[in-house]
Amino acid sequence: MPAISVALTGNPNTGKSTIFNELTGARQKIGNWPGVTVDKKVGLIEYKGRKISVVDLPGTYSINARSQEEQVVSDYFAENKPDIVVNIIDASNISRNLFLTVQLMENGIPLILNLNMMDEAERHGIKINESKLEEIFGMPVTSTVGRDNKSVKVLLDVFTNTRMANYQPSKIFQEHLDRINQIKASGESQEKIDEEIITARYDFIDKVMNAAVTLNVADKGLTEKLDSYLANGFLALPIMVAMFYLLFQIAFEWVGQPLADLLGAFFEETVAPWAAEVMAAAGVADWMQSLVSDGIIVGVGSVLSFVPLIFTLFLCLSFLDGTGYMARVAFVMDPIMRRVGLTGKGIMPLIMGYGCGVPAIMGARTLDTHKDRMISILITPFLTCSAKVPIIALFAAMFFPDNVANIVFAMYFLGLATAIIMAKVLGETAFKGRESTFLLELPPYRMPDLKTVLLETWEKGKGYLVKAGTIIFAMSVAIWFLSSFNSDGMTDEMSESYLAGIGSATATIFAPQGFDTWEAGAAVVTGVLAKEAVVSTIGILYGADEEAVDTDDAEGTADVLMTTGMATAFTPLSALAFMVFTQLYSPCVTALGTIKKEAQSWKWMAFAFLYTCAVAWVAALLVYQVGRLLGFQ
Amino acid sequence: MTLKDTQPGMVVRIDALGESALKQRLMTMGLIPGTRVEILNSAPLGDPIAIRLRSYNLAMRRDDAASIQVTQLK
Ligand SMILES: Nc1nc2c(ncn2[C@@H]2O[C@H](COP(=O)(O)OP(=O)(O)OP(=O)(O)O)[C@@H](O)[C@H]2O)c(=O)[nH]1
Ligand SMILES: [Mg+2]
Repeated sequence: MPAISVALTGNPNTGKSTIFNELTGARQKIGNWPGVTVDKKVGLIEYKGRKISVVDLPGTYSINARSQEEQVVSDYFAENKPDIVVNIIDASNISRNLFLTVQLMENGIPLILNLNMMDEAERHGIKINESKLEEIFGMPVTSTVGRDNKSVKVLLDVFTNTRMANYQPSKIFQEHLDRINQIKASGESQEKIDEEIITARYDFIDKVMNAAVTLNVADKGLTEKLDSYLANGFLALPIMVAMFYLLFQIAFEWVGQPLADLLGAFFEETVAPWAAEVMAAAGVADWMQSLVSDGIIVGVGSVLSFVPLIFTLFLCLSFLDGTGYMARVAFVMDPIMRRVGLTGKGIMPLIMGYGCGVPAIMGARTLDTHKDRMISILITPFLTCSAKVPIIALFAAMFFPDNVANIVFAMYFLGLATAIIMAKVLGETAFKGRESTFLLELPPYRMPDLKTVLLETWEKGKGYLVKAGTIIFAMSVAIWFLSSFNSDGMTDEMSESYLAGIGSATATIFAPQGFDTWEAGAAVVTGVLAKEAVVSTIGILYGADEEAVDTDDAEGTADVLMTTGMATAFTPLSALAFMVFTQLYSPCVTALGTIKKEAQSWKWMAFAFLYTCAVAWVAALLVYQVGRLLGFQ
Repeated sequence: MTLKDTQPGMVVRIDALGESALKQRLMTMGLIPGTRVEILNSAPLGDPIAIRLRSYNLAMRRDDAASIQVTQLK
């Protein structure tokens, strides 16, 4: 039997990706705010011996190709004729959702109307007469609760049993079509025609609502009550700051960092001696022992030991993502963002940047204007992605042990503040243009779905693990090689190695920032390939004279390094300058590649590299020099 | 009166939408003459505002709300 092709379409935030994931076992990102999915994604399943391909599309309010997501969807329907199009409708918000339904049907696309979020509709006392809806549209109507696997799986039987060719728009819908055709033939200006068509659609929808839907008069609830505190007036700002502070406190002080310390100690005290013993017993060559102990275990271990911290951070962010608070952050930040010529909406992809800059750069697609998108792409690299977290955590623990959470918070704030300031600068120089707007649906607060939160944490955390096992592994080997060899062969004096040469050439430009050691220079260079490499480089380079260390009372990587040359190479002030520089400078190569793809230009990619380095250099300079003037060391 | 001049707590009915770059998008989102709109809350400094219509909540800037003529119901 032939395969069945199914497309999921609908308004943003109606549960399309949730249903897609339940159907196909895929791990599309889910979040409680509009605009999470920005590109189409295909999944394949087999059910009762039939192959079914399902496409998850970005959410859209209409298909007029006014935004990039709308473009994706309208292109999709122009180029593809899927056997079944499922319109995922938020049953608790049915009136506006039906607008897209009506528009799709006007375009001759037969639909299954799937009412999702039935649990919420029920809770709000909304009653929907499904057979009446079938009658009015002439199309099959189904209902689901996206988070409930059983209710979604029912759709599979619907897909295999439904032949859309058997369905025709009803008489009532035909009348609506006639009216639309009349309007189109009226000879008015295009603008007038478009507006009259929109009005006619809502006229039709109002009729549908009267005939098939009973709304609850008092349909306001918890969301509005919460918003009267969380997103109302001036108090909303300090509440927001407190929320994020709490998040960092959990990740860096209470849960994540203590676990990371345990793991770091495990690497230092158990794995490293064990590996050394095994290799010595097996009579492995000296250079090989050095490669494994001083290169791979230290390099990969220094990145791996932060895994608990990264997972805790992702857990908190995924939880926040599921509550719906992200859209409120956009709302509360809009007054600030507007003053720098951006839109509050730009905050949502930026917050994704706290996980990884790559999806954040892609998320800029949801913004309304070219100017907004370009600026958002170019400021994303300033944010604290998870790969920069080990740098901050390590340096904060070493040089500011009494103030870890404050330093961490300050670094995050610095990233965000620099992003916002640069948005203003770019907006007034490179991207003059139409003022941006802010029109954003505020989804209801939801209790995050535990399964989604855990899967999301795992998916993102896995990315970090995979990187440690691949890029960081390879780089540790390369760093060990470069730091152990020079043109005369293997050397015991690291300061005469290839890497010392590369590092000191780079380091000369950091004299005014106080960290012009070749080790710091080398870490900066390797960090462009992957930001995690900054700590693995530092671990390898300073970890080498570790023999002298009594590791018994070391709690983690930071404590071990504290007993090495690193403690004297940096003063607290130059450590701070180094943190500031690595926080802000060049995006990693993967992010640079994404910038190239999204901006469709090599020029902007090169610009992103150069200007972030320049900004970082100046910021670190200010920190160090002003710090010295104030008498800090 | 326009939607721009409203305060949280008010309930209004949309009378007309003036010309603006956003007009068709606003209409698509369901802001059609006759629609009942409740003003919910506002961001720091009172702008943007959050409104409720057709069983959902929407945030918009006051400047964009200025093109929407309304009559106060409550
Ligand atoms: N209560 C409830 N929540 C749901 C249901 N289906 C999905 N959700 C939640 O709704 C939110 C949005 O889900 P997504 O699957 O990301 O929505 P989407 O349609 O893919 O959104 P975009 O990609 O932005 O267009 C998430 O917080 C889900 O957990 C449901 O049936 N009931
Ligand atoms: Mg989605």
